[in-house]
Order: sequence, then structure tokens, then C-alpha cells
Amino acid sequence: MKKTYQPISEKDVSHLAELARLELSRKDVTEIRLQLNKILDYFKMIDDVDTEGVSPTYHVFDLVNILREDKPHSPKPKDLLENVPKKKDRYIKAPRMI
Amino acid sequence: MVNRILDIPVWEIVKKIANQEISSEEYISKTLERIQKIEPKINAYITVIKEASLDKALELDKQIIQGKTVGRLAGLPIAIKDSICVKNIKTTCGSRMLENFVSPYNATVAEKIIQEDGIIIGKTNLDEFAMGTSTEHSYFGATRNPWDSTKVSGGSSGGSAAALASFEAALALGSDTGGSIRSPASFCSVVGLKPTYGAVSRFGLVSYSNSLEQIGPIARDIQSCALFMDCIGGHDIRDSTSNNKVPEQFTDSFEETPKNLKIGIPNEFFGEGIQEEVQKSVWNVVHKLEGLGFHYEKTNLPMVKYALPAYYIIAMSEASSNLARYDGLRYGFNVPEKNLNWNTIFSKNRRNGFGKEVRQRIMLGTYTLSAGYFDQYYLKAQKIRTLIKQDFDKVFKKFDILLAPSMPIIPFTMGEKLKDPLALYMCDVNTVPANLAGIPSISIPCGLSSGLPIGIQIMGPPFREDLLFKTGRLIEENVTIDKSAGEFTNV
Repeated sequence: MKKTYQPISEKDVSHLAELARLELSRKDVTEIRLQLNKILDYFKMIDDVDTEGVSPTYHVFDLVNILREDKPHSPKPKDLLENVPKKKDRYIKAPRMI
Repeated sequence: MVNRILDIPVWEIVKKIANQEISSEEYISKTLERIQKIEPKINAYITVIKEASLDKALELDKQIIQGKTVGRLAGLPIAIKDSICVKNIKTTCGSRMLENFVSPYNATVAEKIIQEDGIIIGKTNLDEFAMGTSTEHSYFGATRNPWDSTKVSGGSSGGSAAALASFEAALALGSDTGGSIRSPASFCSVVGLKPTYGAVSRFGLVSYSNSLEQIGPIARDIQSCALFMDCIGGHDIRDSTSNNKVPEQFTDSFEETPKNLKIGIPNEFFGEGIQEEVQKSVWNVVHKLEGLGFHYEKTNLPMVKYALPAYYIIAMSEASSNLARYDGLRYGFNVPEKNLNWNTIFSKNRRNGFGKEVRQRIMLGTYTLSAGYFDQYYLKAQKIRTLIKQDFDKVFKKFDILLAPSMPIIPFTMGEKLKDPLALYMCDVNTVPANLAGIPSISIPCGLSSGLPIGIQIMGPPFREDLLFKTGRLIEENVTIDKSAGEFTNV
């Protein structure tokens, strides 16, 4: 059975932008909406494939339970802090939560 | 000609450096001179490492004179795609988001290059976060095609392929999520391998779509490509998807010429949208192989026609999740504003740090993973992936390798496809199937049309890169590419 699709609205785009934590201007919303609908329209062709009973392939080779020794290795925490834009001593400064 | 040494095959140069016929210092200096001359026209590099490279070369020459044993890449100037971490060097990913990010550690592949005495000469340009097919989506400007600087270089590893084609490096690393090594290799007329998934460690590669991407070698000739692959491949405990099969030494592949190779020509790779001159050039190679006594047969992989949408759904979904880490807090672009709440600040950092194409892919991936659409898009795409993989498993029972065009078209004019993302996605139609199936695939130069390069793609079963190298060498020996046709492809 063919699925019915509702095109993405500007409201949907704004909701997605919120989920994705992307600030968008009015112009961005209009533009992205256009492209998204165009691309999703192309994606529709996958509906033609019968995938009943087919299991998904998340990984091409079935490697499971890859374990390694739980030992610290480089880089050191100090080196990792080198790229922090705003920090105080050993702490990363974050925006307020509430 | 003073620059003649740049034109010697790299696998030969490395021997000449080791037995003191040429010094590494001379070779590195010549490459740096070339970079200085060519870069304003091509823009293959984001970062060039000058002094440190020369210092290393001098040090290495000293060791060679003292009779010390040196590594397999000793003294070679090697370029690394700027999505792969090299310690204490910027890793920008072609993005404003990581414009000032200095990597605190080495990727496994960078470590291996250093262990083999290769000299990392610079970090190459790419589409932002490796999302693109033309290297036009870089915050640091587009990379131009050395064959004709009005044309795109292919992408996303466009900087790496262009650096090689214009002799700005001896070897280069790329990464390939849906064709990002093979596309620029084809457009710039160099050899680019996407290895079997898991054959090369991805530790230290900035993640885009983990289940699809692989780091791979790019070189000007097939034997140098195999040498490079020998040095970077193998199991790595730090990448849980890396495969623990013992790596083969692919340079040994050349000791015997292949016999009784069964070649499959998959119809789906010659369909609508594949330019006629591209098809002609690939068939020309097939017929040359036939003339050498190899048998070929047309075949079908019916599910491959759904590869492109399935690929983009998976890649964008994984990208939206992977790129969630860029909040500008621990590293990355950060707006100077104060007193705003958590989400507002993050949304501003991400709006301004990411470029248009990246934002769009994050949005699409967020959509295909969101409640109510997951089954319809992401899960469905992963099921189609199973069917595509089964198609490949089936044909590889009958054939040793598959031959097809790497890219559907010859290099196009800069800017031509920028306004229409879907048209650009279509360029990946022949490269994405190998990523979905995890199989190795290599692009080899196979001809020119209107002076612009065409590449042929060889696909093989998992971990059979040796077959790709052997066939690639046969093709290389039987096809002549006139480099004098290119704008910056001669030294």
C-alpha cells in the first residue's frame, strides 16, 4: 500500500530546528523547507521495496562484544581542556541552566 | 628539469631516499616550492607544515647516512585530509565550527605514518565535515581541479586528490563515506581506494556516518597506493569496528599477474544519468581486458537502484546524531554573548558554526530519526541495505570483481550544482553501493574527455583489495593518460 505524505510545513521546520538546536532565521526556514520537501520527495522511492521480514543492517560485519582493557591512555585530561573556549581553572564554563 | 624528481613514482622515490640517491630534504623542499607556486590557483591545503617538515627531513637524512633502518614511507611528503587528527595541528574539518581546534592526539593512521617515517606536510581541504561531492562546501574556500581550474575537484577529499594531481604531495589520505575518496580520485585522475569497512582504523577520524565511512589511501599510481595501504591498515583496539583479520601485504599482489579473473559488468551502474563519454571510456578498458584474455559478463544488482536514497537517509541520520556533540562548550565555535540560556547559546553556536549544507543534513537526519518517521525512513533504509548487501554477496559468488564508472559525469564547472543539492547527491549514485555493502572499491584513471578525467571503479569482495590492485595495475599498464592536457598536472 502506498503511504500518504504530508509535505513539511514551516512549523515542522521550526520544530525540527529546535530539536536539532539550530537557530534559524525566517529566510532559513523558507529555504530549508523547500529543500527538505524536495529531498524527502526523492526518498519516497524506497517505499517501492518490499522489506517484509528483512532484518536491518546496522553494521556490515557482525562484530560483537569488542572488549579492551580499561586502562587510561593519552590524551591527558589537561590536554583535552586546551580547546575549551571559556574555562576557569580546571572547569568548563557553561551557560546557566535555569 | 629541476622538478623531475616529483614525477618519479613514489614507490621508487622511497627507495632512492633510503639508499641516498636523493635526500628527503631535497624532495620535501621541491614539494614545498611546488605548494607555494600552485596553492593560490588550487587551494588544496588548509594547513601547510613547512619548517617542521624540513626539520624532520634533515633528521631523517642524517639517520639514513648513519645507516639506521628507516620506515616504509621514509622521507615522503604526505598530505592528510583535515577531518583526520594530527597531534598539535589544527583539525578544522573545513568548518568554522572547528576553525581553531587543535587536536590533542594523533589518529591511528597518523601515528602509523609517523612510525613509518612519513612526513606529514599538511592538512587538506574538504567539504565541511566531509559532506559533499565537490569540495565547494568548505569554510576555507573551494578546491579547484588541477586539470582545469574552472572545474570542481570532486569531493569530499578534493584537497587530497588535487594535491596529488598537481604534485603538491607524494601520498594523501582521504575518507570515504559515500564516495569521498573515489569521486575526487576520478575527477583529478589519481588512484583512490576505499578499503573494506574495518580494514583501516577510524580512530581519530571526525565522525560523520560511522557505519559507512572508511579512511583510505590516495596516490598517483597503483603500486604507491598499495604501499600506502600496507602502512595504514590493520586492527586497532581503539576502534571497535576495526576488523581483526591479519592485514595482507598488498604490495605482494603485484608479484603475479591475475589469471582467469571473472569480471562482472553491473547494468545498474551504466544507467540513466551516466554520461556517454564516461560509459565509452569504461567500456574501452573492459575491451582492453578482454583483449588480454579476460572474460567479462553483464550482470545485475537489482536493489542497487535504491542505494542512493537509502545511503542519504542513513548518512544524514547518523550525521545528525554525531554532530550533536558540537555545542561550542568544550571546543568549537562560540558566540561571545552572555546571559542567555543553555539552549539559546547552543543554537546560536551551531547556527553560526555550521555551514548551510551541514545544517540542512542535520535537519533532514533529525527528521528521519524522529518519532513517527524512524520506521518509514531510517529502519527501512537499513533493511534495503541488507538487500543490497545480499545482491553483492550473490554476484561475488559468480564474479571476482565488478567494473563500473566511478563518477557518472566528467568534472563540472564550479558553482554549477550549488543551488540544487539533490543534483549534487546524484553524482554519488555509483559510489554509495560499496559503502552500504562495506566492500572495497578503487577508482583508477581510465581516460579523458574534452581534456577532463574519467575514472573506472573496481569493486571486490570484502578484504580482497589484492584483486583490486592486481586489476588496477593491468588497467594502468594498458591505458595512457596525457598529463600535458592539464593546467597544473605537469612538473
